[in-house]
Amino acid sequence: MLATRLMPCLLMSNGALVKTVRFKSPVYVGDPVNAVRIFNQKEVDELVLLDIEATTHHRGIDYETLEKVVSECFMPICYGGGVNTLEDMRRLFSLGIEKISLGAAAFENPDLISQASAEFGNQAIVVTLDVKKGLLGGYSVRTHQGKKDTRVNPVEAAQEMAKLGAGEILLYSIDRDGTWSGFDLKLIREVTSAVGLPVIACGGARSLHDVRLAVSEGEASAVAIGSMAVFQGKDLGVLIKFPTRKDQEAAFA
Amino acid sequence: MIVVVDYGAGNIGSVLNMIRKVGGQAVASSQPDVLRSAEKILLPGVGSFDNAMHKLDQLGLVQPLRDCAGAGVPIFGICLGMQLLAHGSEEGTLPGLGLVPGRVRRFSFNASSALKIPHMGWNQVMAYKKHPLAEGLETGARFYFVHSYHYECEDPADELFKTHYGYDFASGVQRGNVMGVQFHPEKSHRFGMQLFKNFIGL
Repeated sequence: MLATRLMPCLLMSNGALVKTVRFKSPVYVGDPVNAVRIFNQKEVDELVLLDIEATTHHRGIDYETLEKVVSECFMPICYGGGVNTLEDMRRLFSLGIEKISLGAAAFENPDLISQASAEFGNQAIVVTLDVKKGLLGGYSVRTHQGKKDTRVNPVEAAQEMAKLGAGEILLYSIDRDGTWSGFDLKLIREVTSAVGLPVIACGGARSLHDVRLAVSEGEASAVAIGSMAVFQGKDLGVLIKFPTRKDQEAAFA
Repeated sequence: MIVVVDYGAGNIGSVLNMIRKVGGQAVASSQPDVLRSAEKILLPGVGSFDNAMHKLDQLGLVQPLRDCAGAGVPIFGICLGMQLLAHGSEEGTLPGLGLVPGRVRRFSFNASSALKIPHMGWNQVMAYKKHPLAEGLETGARFYFVHSYHYECEDPADELFKTHYGYDFASGVQRGNVMGVQFHPEKSHRFGMQLFKNFIGL
């Protein structure tokens, strides 16, 4: 049986790990290399690492930190942030990154998805859709840390990305990010029912029960947890942690 | 010294990291001469079958690989690197290395199946037979997979590991000194470390 994939979604800013609430107010939670070492020991099955300022602050890709992270990372890792060219991607893959997430670039240069998928295979290309609910309740995809509204509906965006050759969608709810209020199951279901691609649900997890719902109700193929992996609990201190295999199996049973 | 074949179609970095982590020594190389002097060869690979064969051919590595296999040098293919050991693949038209008789086929499920392709994530791996590469991994080992095509051995005796995704398929093959695994041991923490230790110890 293929296990349901559960992964920490780590945010990086200027070489440090941070955690946000609704994509704002990043709080320092540690050193990425240390965190990855801990996740190795905990036998975490996969990792997402997003550099949240690589695009917005025009910092580019922090290869130096990534190289250190990857040398300690004995699990698949998906990196996103500031990836704009095939050359960036070649360099990331040669470092030992398995998957690359495209955010803003997927909207600004959709051809990049097709080219990347042709060169590296679609399993390596993830498109991240950062989604925010509008005043009238409609969803739209945002880029640039949620500041730029693409005015594209996530369902249409996911379908378009699938057509272009994306292999996976990381569906990240801005409204739920860091809020410990559970997943936006309606959003997840809308997207998963519209595309055949695996969808990773992210944003809002507070417990394994939420994770289970994202899969059973939302029909997500995989689930990413942020705050749950770096804090003891809501409004509590930093603690790098992860549900044990036994607890994961029980949650998905 | 283990030579990791660097032909621009593999996650060399992760493989080298993992070999170092378990105490092995390896160099990455795309030189036919270096390959010919290897004690052991590791053939990684991601991407498409024809692209990989084409690159191996361009670098003049196809014959050295076949010669090393014939000379008894342990050769270990990972993911696409394993598929290249076959005679050919449904994914492409170029012939493979033909070191473990078989063909590579795309996963094929009933229309009613909810299984997605690629087969991606952690799955169970069971050993079909006793072999030093499988030591400590006989039951209940878990490995990370990402692939849309899988090996079909001509001779069932060459099947080393099996995994279930829709049906049982050979997730590892071994014939003499040539072996391969479909999953990514370099990204499968404890289980991957065990497999690399086993390979280094061959």
